[in-house]
Formats: sequence, C-alpha cells, structure tokens
Amino acid sequence: MNIGNVWTIARRDYRSYFNSPIAYIVIAGFLTIMGWMFFFNLSHFNAQAMQYQVFSQGKSPSITDGIIRPLYGNMNVIFLFLIPFITMRLIAEERKLHTIELLMTAPVTLTEIILGKFFSAYLLVIVMLALTLVYPIILFLTGNPELGPIAASYLGVLLLAGCYLSLGLFFSSLTENQIVAGALTFASGLFFWLVSWASQSAGPVWGDVLTHLSLISHYQNFGQGLINTGDIVYYLSFIGFGLFLTHRVLDSFRWR
Amino acid sequence: MIQVSHLTKSYGHRTAVNDLSFEVQKGEVVGFLGPNGAGKSTTMKILTGFMPATSGSAKVAGFEVFENPIEVKRNIGFLPETPPVYPDMAVDEYLGFAAGLHGVPKRSIKAAVDGALEKTSLGDVRSRLIGNLSKGYRQRVGLAQALVHNPQVLILDEPTVGLDPKQIIEIRELIKGLAGDHTVILSSHILPEVTATCQRIIVINKGQIVAEDTIERLTTRINKGLIYSMTVKNPSASGIDAVRKVPGVKSVSAVGPKLVVEINPISGETRDLIVAAAVHESMGVLEFSAERVSLEEIFLQLTTVEDHQV
Repeated sequence: MNIGNVWTIARRDYRSYFNSPIAYIVIAGFLTIMGWMFFFNLSHFNAQAMQYQVFSQGKSPSITDGIIRPLYGNMNVIFLFLIPFITMRLIAEERKLHTIELLMTAPVTLTEIILGKFFSAYLLVIVMLALTLVYPIILFLTGNPELGPIAASYLGVLLLAGCYLSLGLFFSSLTENQIVAGALTFASGLFFWLVSWASQSAGPVWGDVLTHLSLISHYQNFGQGLINTGDIVYYLSFIGFGLFLTHRVLDSFRWR
Repeated sequence: MIQVSHLTKSYGHRTAVNDLSFEVQKGEVVGFLGPNGAGKSTTMKILTGFMPATSGSAKVAGFEVFENPIEVKRNIGFLPETPPVYPDMAVDEYLGFAAGLHGVPKRSIKAAVDGALEKTSLGDVRSRLIGNLSKGYRQRVGLAQALVHNPQVLILDEPTVGLDPKQIIEIRELIKGLAGDHTVILSSHILPEVTATCQRIIVINKGQIVAEDTIERLTTRINKGLIYSMTVKNPSASGIDAVRKVPGVKSVSAVGPKLVVEINPISGETRDLIVAAAVHESMGVLEFSAERVSLEEIFLQLTTVEDHQV
C-alpha cells in the first residue's frame, strides 16, 4: 500500500467538502448546537454550584459530571445525525459522475481508494472536534476540571465517529443515490446504538451479546475517563469490518 | 505493445466479447469500429484493468493485465465513454489530481498539467470550474486527463462524442499527432472519424472481429474491382465500344454523357488506356475519376454478412 496514493485521494475528497457548501453547513450546524449545549450545561452547573455554596447541601458538583460527561455524550448524538451527510456522497457521487472509472483505472489499489475516502471524511470530523477544544479551554481558564475524562471523551468520540464514518462509507458504496446512502447510514447507526435496549429482555447470554454490540455501551467507560482496551478493540474492529465490506462492494463492480 | 488473445467476456448468459484476438504495434493508431453494443467498450474496460475477462489474456506494455494491473494502469491513459470529471474542481486542479493519481512525481506535476493543457488547447479555461464548461470542453478535459501522465498507451472510448465540428477536427489532429510516440486505440461508431485518424481498423460486431486491416486494403477487398466514372462531351457508340475493348475493362455502361467503367482488380494500371481510347474516338473527356466504395458501405457489408451467418 502506498500512503502517497491514499493522501492524493484523501486530499481531493477533503477539498471537495469545502468546494461545496457541505463542510460549511455541517461545521456551522455542529458548532451552533454544541455551543448552545455547552452554554446550557455551564449555566446549569453554575446555578448548582451557587446553590451548593449558599446552602451547603446536596453533593458537591463536579465539572466532569456536570459538564464534560453530558457535553461529549451529546456530541455523539449530533454526530449520529451529521455523519450521514458527510459520508453519503463519498462513493455514491463518484458512481453517479462516472469518476469511479478514473479511480479504478488508475494505478492505485482498492484499499488505497477506500482508505483515502475514509480519511478525507475523518479529517473533516477531526477538524470539527478540534474546533470544540475551545470548551475545555474555557473550563481550564475559569475552573479546575480533570484532564483525564476530557482526553478520554475525545478519544471515545473520535472512535465512535470513526464507526459511523465506516458505516456511512459502506452504504455510500451500495448505491448511486446519496439520499439512500445517507438514510441507510442514519438508520443503521441508530440501530447499532439502540440495540442494547433489547438486552434487558433478551436473557442473560443474548443480553450480553446485544450490550457488547451496541456502539454506545462501549462509550460509557470513555465518558468516565476510563480507557478500556476492549472498547478500543471493539471500535477498531467495527471500523475495519465496515471498510472490509466496502472493499468487497467495490471489488464486485469489476465483476458486473 | 498490446496483445490480446482469445479474450472472452460474458455477463451471465450474454457474451459481450467472444474469442477476440488482435495485436497493436508500438506507435500505431488503431480504430475499433462497430455498431453500438458490439463489445468495444467492454474490450476497452478489460484492457484498462477496470474489469477482468471471463477467459483469455491481454498484455499491455509487456504486462499481463490480470496479473499486473497496477503496472498496466500506470502505462495507460483512459478516456471512458463519459468523461470522468469532477464538476466541483477547476480544470488545472483536476489534471493535477489525475497526474498525482497516475504516479507523476510531485515536482513534475505542474509541467505535466501545463503540457496536457497545451496539447488539448485548454489553457484559456484552466482555472474555470469543470461544472461550468460545455460538453465539448469537458470531453477535452477528459482527454487531457488521459494524456497528463504521458502514457505509452492511450485508450479512448469515443473521444469526439459531443464536440462541435471544429473541435472534432482539432481532436483528430491531436490524436494523429500522438501516433509514433504513443500507441492509441480509439473506438467509434462514426466511420469518417476512424478514416481520418487511424492507420488500421478493427471492425467488431457482436463481440467478434469481422475484419482487421488498413483502410485502403479493406476498401479494395470489399470493392472486388475498381470503378471509374468518366464524363464526356460527345458520347458515341463507337467510342463506348473502343473503351470496352481496352484490356482489363469488365463492363461499360453509359447514361447520357456519363460512362461508368468497371475494371478487373488484377488488371493493373488501365486509366491511361481508357482515356486514350476515349480521346482517340474524339468523345471529348471532361472529367475522369475513380469511384471509391466508402467505409460506410464496407462497414454495412461486413456487419450484414455477419448477420447472415448467425
């Protein structure tokens, strides 16, 4: 595999986000919602802290529980909604425009094409995440938050977003229609999230299986500042499996 | 440069390409001719490594397409039926991407892009978005994309579709200019195009080669003899008789002042004798010309003969 080829493809796709309104709309929407949530969490936390100081009752509020955990937990929900818009065009549009023929007759491998596309979308997500660093910076300037949970939350969000991206890339390879690709990404992303709901009633063995399958149940540890190898392995396997399926789909174009 | 032997491609029960074998030498410009759906695009897609064949083998620039697709792709410039252009990119940005994708080293990309822009005379629109260009320009951008990494082999699927007559002539000149340095295969269902640009044509129908030769030889092969037409001032029975007696003349028919003279193909040069006979009989020759059977007729004959066999 040639990293140069991956980069060539990734750079084109990444730039293409900014050639169209997609990147601006997604980033603006994301930051508006996140900013509003941060503001809400912060003022709610302030009120609680004030109450604690005045009446000295209840338990001492912590920045981690009051701001960090809900903020990054909600960020996952927003990515669930926004990532389909980022990934839906990746391959579907290339098929529609016939530019897939340029990629597939160029001296690059399918793996390089897929990784290039995946990293272009990942790069956009990383930029979005980088812009949210302003919230912990505000917290550090005005308070005394713990670094651990913040760092772990970022790692968790990054991995979870990678899963959505991998899922989105796969659905984008299945169809020429971007709307179909986006809708399938959203529906299946939501399904992988909510699958653990059935674990209560599914019996002990299947209940465990469903909990382990759920994208969100693996995030819980990150939210508490715990980095668990099992969770990382789960997310990385999820991403890898999605990319593998995409590879199979692209390979099948050659046989039709 | 290109060797194809016993290439077969089936889609389920439908056979698109059936036992195709041909060779193209370095520097040749070869035309793939055939009605729509004859298997031209399929053959091209196999040669470019886009899809594998069901059986048979294809070698491009010394590399087996199925075993060494990356090496083959490095040596091929491909213009598919629909130009593979991104409407949201500027022309030069797109060509830079295509060059990088085909392994042109970073420091030579700018020169490669400038060269391709010049060859396809796209310099004026280099910084415009491809989405805002007309179909003809997009086609040229597609061609520039195929040329940008200076490949040994160019495979062009209907390169002049959608162009206006002036652009068609420019593109044909460009393709002719590529001969020698590059090996070119182009497909077309438009016959004058192939006549204008190619040294050799391969006629395909229903996935099989029905004829493969130079244009001149194909013409004589189908012609089975030459036909001259002569216009005279004073047609006379004795004059027509004299022409008929010239050795090698098969038949003469006269309609008013126009004489149609059919010659046996093996009889060699007879034009002098025919004209001399007419002048001798003082018919007053006004015009003398060879009538050629056009490529259209050859093409129709070849493809209809095929129909009879099926």
